[in-house]
Amino acid sequence: MLNMLAEVDPQETVDGLKAVGAGLGYGLAAIGPGVGIGIVVGNAISAMARQPESAGMVRTTMFLGIAFTEALALIGFVVFILLNFA
Amino acid sequence: MNIDTVLATAEGESSGGVHFPPIGELLEWPGILFDNSIFELNKVGLIYLFAMVAPVLLFTLALRRSALVPKGVQTVAESSVDFIRESVVMQTMGAEGLPFMPLLLSLFFFIFFSNITEVIPFIQFPANARMAAPAMLALLVWVVFNAVGIRSQGFFGYIKNTIIPPGVPGPLLVLVAPIEFVSTFLVRPFSLAVRLFANMLAGHLLLVTFAVLTATLWTKSPLVSIVWAPFVVLIGLTGFEILVAFLQAFIFAILTAVYIGGAMHADH
Repeated sequence: MLNMLAEVDPQETVDGLKAVGAGLGYGLAAIGPGVGIGIVVGNAISAMARQPESAGMVRTTMFLGIAFTEALALIGFVVFILLNFA
Repeated sequence: MNIDTVLATAEGESSGGVHFPPIGELLEWPGILFDNSIFELNKVGLIYLFAMVAPVLLFTLALRRSALVPKGVQTVAESSVDFIRESVVMQTMGAEGLPFMPLLLSLFFFIFFSNITEVIPFIQFPANARMAAPAMLALLVWVVFNAVGIRSQGFFGYIKNTIIPPGVPGPLLVLVAPIEFVSTFLVRPFSLAVRLFANMLAGHLLLVTFAVLTATLWTKSPLVSIVWAPFVVLIGLTGFEILVAFLQAFIFAILTAVYIGGAMHADH
């Protein structure tokens, strides 16, 4: 086992670990925003169902909330791209 | 890269497996004009020029045949102005935000037209998938909302009202003030730029992935029974990307409006 590991080019190991880290990193970064967007949209829908006349305002605020929540997932995606390709 | 090179690379892989183009091939374009100078123009630059000219053309055409009852292109222009006015300015800043209508409308149209090229056949590249323009637009927004804040509250008043939220007890300010400072002056422009850039890049990569899958399966006749599957997804994603192109332009405009509106008045 150790002999096998010694034969592997260290750069290859680094690249492999980078790929694993990038995949795991993006997956982890997507968990929180996924739950968060679900909460934002779910509450917006129940607000619209209760008060259909305020639907316009709720929709605008909902997009704002989605935009703020989504930013974290997008930063995770950028990290993924940077680790894999930069 | 165009469909021919996709097909060629797909055919070249005779031993099976899918060949995905490296990311540089998808995002870096050779210069078309003025090669190797600072004025070098490539596809991305051309798309930005298109995104500058298209709204001007739209509104010029709408004005030329303006009538009391709008028809055709005038309807598009008027309803877009009305849309920005009602659901961006009035919802976030109220009537005092109306002077910022031209800025928000220009931002909206510029971003929308440079995004929508993602799904226009034979262009198929969202110019905002390169970081340069989103970063510059975010910098512009940063300068504008800070200038508005300094003009309406004075320099020190603006800084104080921004980093010290009302109702926070004294000792906690040690913790809260730096967080507020970082989130307002550093994270805001960064997240504004990254949001637009990463959304368009992710959309472009998704479309490329399913286009490559479709092209690869197309050249492998034994798999004919599932050839249509990635193609159907590709069509669906194209529709989704039209929505994203619109939504990102809208979100950029509305966040600009929120930031400007927040800088106009101190929180109470």
